Amino acid sequence: MFRFILTRASLLVPTFFGMTLLAFFLIRLVPGDPIETLAGERGIDPVRHAVLLHEYGLDRPILTQYGIYIERVLHGDLGKSLITQAPVLDEFLSLFPATVELALCAVLFALLLGIPAGILAAVKRNSVFDHGVMAVSLTGYSMPIFWWGLLLILLFSVQLGWTPVSGRIAVEYYIEPVTGFLLIDSLLAGDYGAFWSALGHLVLPAIVLGTNTLAVIARMTRSAMLEVLGEDYIRTARAKGLAPLRVVGVHALRNALIPVVTVIGLQVGVLFTGAILTETIFSWPGVGKWMIEAIGRRDYPVLQGGMLLLGAIVMVVNVGVDLAYGFINPRIRLAR
Amino acid sequence: MSSSIGTAPVVQEGVAAAPPGPWREFWGAFSANKGAMLGLAVIVLLLLVALLAPWIAPHAPDLTDSKAFLLPPAWQQGGSSTHLLGTDAIGRDILSRLMFGARLSLSIGIAVVAISAAAGIALGLVAGFFRGVLEIAIMRAMDVILTLPSLLLAIVIVAILGPGLLNAMLAVAVVVLPHYVRITRAAVISEISRDYVTAARLSGAGTLRLMFHEVLPNCAAPLIVQASLGVSTAILDAAALGFLGLGAQPPSPEWGTMLADAREFVLRAWWVVTFPGLAILAAVLAFNLLGDGLRDALDPKLKR
Repeated sequence: MFRFILTRASLLVPTFFGMTLLAFFLIRLVPGDPIETLAGERGIDPVRHAVLLHEYGLDRPILTQYGIYIERVLHGDLGKSLITQAPVLDEFLSLFPATVELALCAVLFALLLGIPAGILAAVKRNSVFDHGVMAVSLTGYSMPIFWWGLLLILLFSVQLGWTPVSGRIAVEYYIEPVTGFLLIDSLLAGDYGAFWSALGHLVLPAIVLGTNTLAVIARMTRSAMLEVLGEDYIRTARAKGLAPLRVVGVHALRNALIPVVTVIGLQVGVLFTGAILTETIFSWPGVGKWMIEAIGRRDYPVLQGGMLLLGAIVMVVNVGVDLAYGFINPRIRLAR
Repeated sequence: MSSSIGTAPVVQEGVAAAPPGPWREFWGAFSANKGAMLGLAVIVLLLLVALLAPWIAPHAPDLTDSKAFLLPPAWQQGGSSTHLLGTDAIGRDILSRLMFGARLSLSIGIAVVAISAAAGIALGLVAGFFRGVLEIAIMRAMDVILTLPSLLLAIVIVAILGPGLLNAMLAVAVVVLPHYVRITRAAVISEISRDYVTAARLSGAGTLRLMFHEVLPNCAAPLIVQASLGVSTAILDAAALGFLGLGAQPPSPEWGTMLADAREFVLRAWWVVTFPGLAILAAVLAFNLLGDGLRDALDPKLKR
């Protein structure tokens, strides 16, 4: 097992260095040098320009510069935002809980709907219900979520007036951040009004962000369930006279959920992609909206740092899923 | 395929009982799939609309009608039959814009797949044929691209290269590249040890001939499936970039860009928001259905 963990974890190193290379050289593609970018439209006189180039080490060979960059990154220094002058890492960390809260609720929504729908579709294979679930999930999988968000706003916020259009909580509430998750923090503070407000703000974005994941989970649960239901031990369980509910819900589900768990883990990247769009539509103050705003302001350190951080998080989660899978299923870890 | 030993009549009998050719077999499996046929029908329709847009669109895509701002669709009160799906905030006919937008979205989808498949197949062949350092370098680079959230990488690329349709297409092509590389390399590695490759090598075929003439045609099935699904990804991602203001720039009638324009009118005019999104959904869904159908028909092993 230890060997298995080591082999998988060692794959992180080249991928992470690859990411730093990409982040470092992509930013070099920006027309002009970073000093000109810093100076913006005001321009800068040539003498000062040369001094600053030297100060930032930008007159050194490119590999030396990359070395300096790596050293900084490994010390947690991702540079400063050109606009706010705050360290990129600090800004990221202050906004990240909002994105995580949204993503977790989206996954929860996808699981609560997707797993039962997948199970039922598998059990009632080729029924109207099965075809319906498959059609809906393919639609959900094909859904342009930025449009889906607008439609839901149109229906629930504009026509019915049930949910707020944007933001994370109504302005009249202030909750001292403890965990960074408003749902938990408001309960910790005992402020139920704030809790309901936060929940109301969260419902639509979570549904929008969870739609693709829901479709994937429903399809995956169905196909995993179909495979497991054909196994001998299920026939044995049925032959013993166990209640159908027990056969499906306990014997089959346990094994069918293993691939589903993996799929959920691999959805992290998809969720971050979706969060960028969802946060933009609902003005949700998370890292996705932060990065989109950085584009408009040409705030390259934020783009560079944000990309590296999100990539690193996806990478670590993927390896974590891999390890968890090997833990659940010994055949995987013995395969190599 | 059929063994032709024996006298002439036996051979004839063998021909009569021969299995249908690969195309007929493929079409038989494909056309039995209702979803795939629906997808194909929608794609053909979209292609026709895109090709014939200048002749069948009721108006020019950027012609503004100063008498008809935010006109509702024909069937709603206040709508007019000259603007079937209504008009946008500066009086442009939405139906006509959608028709011209089909040209953009389909070309984006096809161009992105062409770029990424060509580059991906080349890299995959190289990685599969010349193992060692080159393979490791290519595959690690693909891992990096694959690990980064796809749209995030595309956004950063476009943000750096500057917004616009071409850069957006390039960015999406980079993001989907790893799929083609991985599929090609895996297929090459499994094919290269087959006897027919050894036979070709022994009869003096060069590496290029082995790559493109012997091995590649036998890796085609998964690549075709990926290409079909890839068109839907490309349309969706390019529309998302357009929606974020990074793709095609206004007044281009690209569907995602139209949605971005329409956002501020979501409270007043549902139609300016609804129809472009519906068009994106229909196109993406159609290519996904087609891809699923192709996969089931071409590669029964992959069927779930």
